[in-house]
Amino acid sequence: MADAYIAGIDMLKFGRYPDRSFGELGGEAALLALDDAGLGVRDVQALYCGSVFGSFEMPGQNVMRQIGQTGIPVTNVSNACATGAAAFREAWIAVKAGICDVALAVGVEKMPRGMLGGGEETAISHEGLFGSASMPCVFAESGMEHAAKYGTTFEQFAKVSVKNHHHSTMNPKAMYQKETPLEEVMGAEMIAYPNTKLMCSVNVDGAAAAVVVSEKKAKELGLDRAIRVRASALASDPWNPRNPTMWDVNSVTQLAAKQAYEQAGLGADDIDLIELHDCFATAELLHYENLGLCAEGEAGRMIDDDETALGGRIPVNVSGGLLSKGHPLGATGIANMYEVALHLRGEAGARQVENAKRGLTHVVGLGTACAVHILEKA
Amino acid sequence: MNKTSKTKERMSTDPKPAQKFIKFETGGRPYIEGKRCRSCAAVMTSEPLACPACGAREGYDSFRAAETGVLHAYSIVARSYPGVATPFVSAIVDLDDGLTLKGNLINIPPTPETITPGMKLRVTFDDALGRTDKEGGSYIAYFFEPAEQGA
Repeated sequence: MADAYIAGIDMLKFGRYPDRSFGELGGEAALLALDDAGLGVRDVQALYCGSVFGSFEMPGQNVMRQIGQTGIPVTNVSNACATGAAAFREAWIAVKAGICDVALAVGVEKMPRGMLGGGEETAISHEGLFGSASMPCVFAESGMEHAAKYGTTFEQFAKVSVKNHHHSTMNPKAMYQKETPLEEVMGAEMIAYPNTKLMCSVNVDGAAAAVVVSEKKAKELGLDRAIRVRASALASDPWNPRNPTMWDVNSVTQLAAKQAYEQAGLGADDIDLIELHDCFATAELLHYENLGLCAEGEAGRMIDDDETALGGRIPVNVSGGLLSKGHPLGATGIANMYEVALHLRGEAGARQVENAKRGLTHVVGLGTACAVHILEKA
Repeated sequence: MNKTSKTKERMSTDPKPAQKFIKFETGGRPYIEGKRCRSCAAVMTSEPLACPACGAREGYDSFRAAETGVLHAYSIVARSYPGVATPFVSAIVDLDDGLTLKGNLINIPPTPETITPGMKLRVTFDDALGRTDKEGGSYIAYFFEPAEQGA
């Protein structure tokens, strides 16, 4: 079966857009992606629109109201933090299946303020009674599990934040462009030990879009800037006796990564850069191991040795990651792919990963969904 | 189990369990009730339609969970939602018979120096921190504390 390609991809600068609707934000990203592909709305045969907080208001149809109501099939997708990647994957499936030659994937989000993960409605609140269901705490516990097993330290977790904030100083589309030295990260307000405020991703609004096309269409458009989708894998959480009492983001990632590497016939060593789900600094280190970037227990050493910094052995989150670029749930997955595409096209400016041929993107939505994509320069 | 017993039935005004898997002995003492898959013996605190571990639909046997276990992971929560007192320790605890529960770890200073994964804990039951529902009803919750204390 022929591969599908990304012919156009773009994102809005992540930030706060209180006066703009889901349709407007998603529509703008869609038009940017179409322009990047050299296509128009009449070329688009299907739209898959990802959003979490806009999922009740038919965001995809509202995107069409902004860019042209051509009557094509529109499907709205919601899959927690894996929403954007899941929408992209639906477009990929439609193209791979031969149902259409041009499918558009949009991820759009407007975020509420404050911490996510307040837990389910019960007769009395369970927060602070049966531990905490807040996301900073849930991911702190995952980090502490790693710490108990391998001796990973607060400082090593904090270094993730230092690195990703540094990377974002070179990304004009990131929410923040600000260095955060180690003392500042570790000394910031403690939210849930070991995650300080600067080790939590930023709740921002944003949108990103990708035009997925068939090989035939990609060749017709010219392969110069085309991105080949080598793998698209999506996993749900397999049985594990502690999950969901303790959300397991590890086995679901391992499962999706294994499938993606098998699909592509590639291994972690073949990848030149990675955008992974650093929703909290603690999470990033876990995923070094889950994605096979190092052996089990070596993530702490990897960050100490700067192996995942720009210029290192395998740069991770050179965009600034969710920690500093921002994390608008529905848009994040496609924004990760945009970052990888920039590098594969040699258009990433100051943060360009030299000679990048292949990149991997990863998102995890608690509940739980994990998507892994492998993209390659055509 | 023991449905015929008429001694000390719980009254509708008695505190209610704050989790469905908190049950009461006829004498009123609370305990954790686990469910064990009749096919693969996986344990959990609810009864899914089919076993999430093996897919069997053979049902579950109830068991009274162990009240001792070890700390698997934790976080010291310094900031929570409005109205929730901090700090508190959010703990993931593996009970000795395989159930994993999440709850507050109490009677220990909330610092990384004092809390050690792998430490032995025991389950205690108490009022749900004074929290009441809209009808003013009170609840019984479980907590964890170091096993050595008061031993």
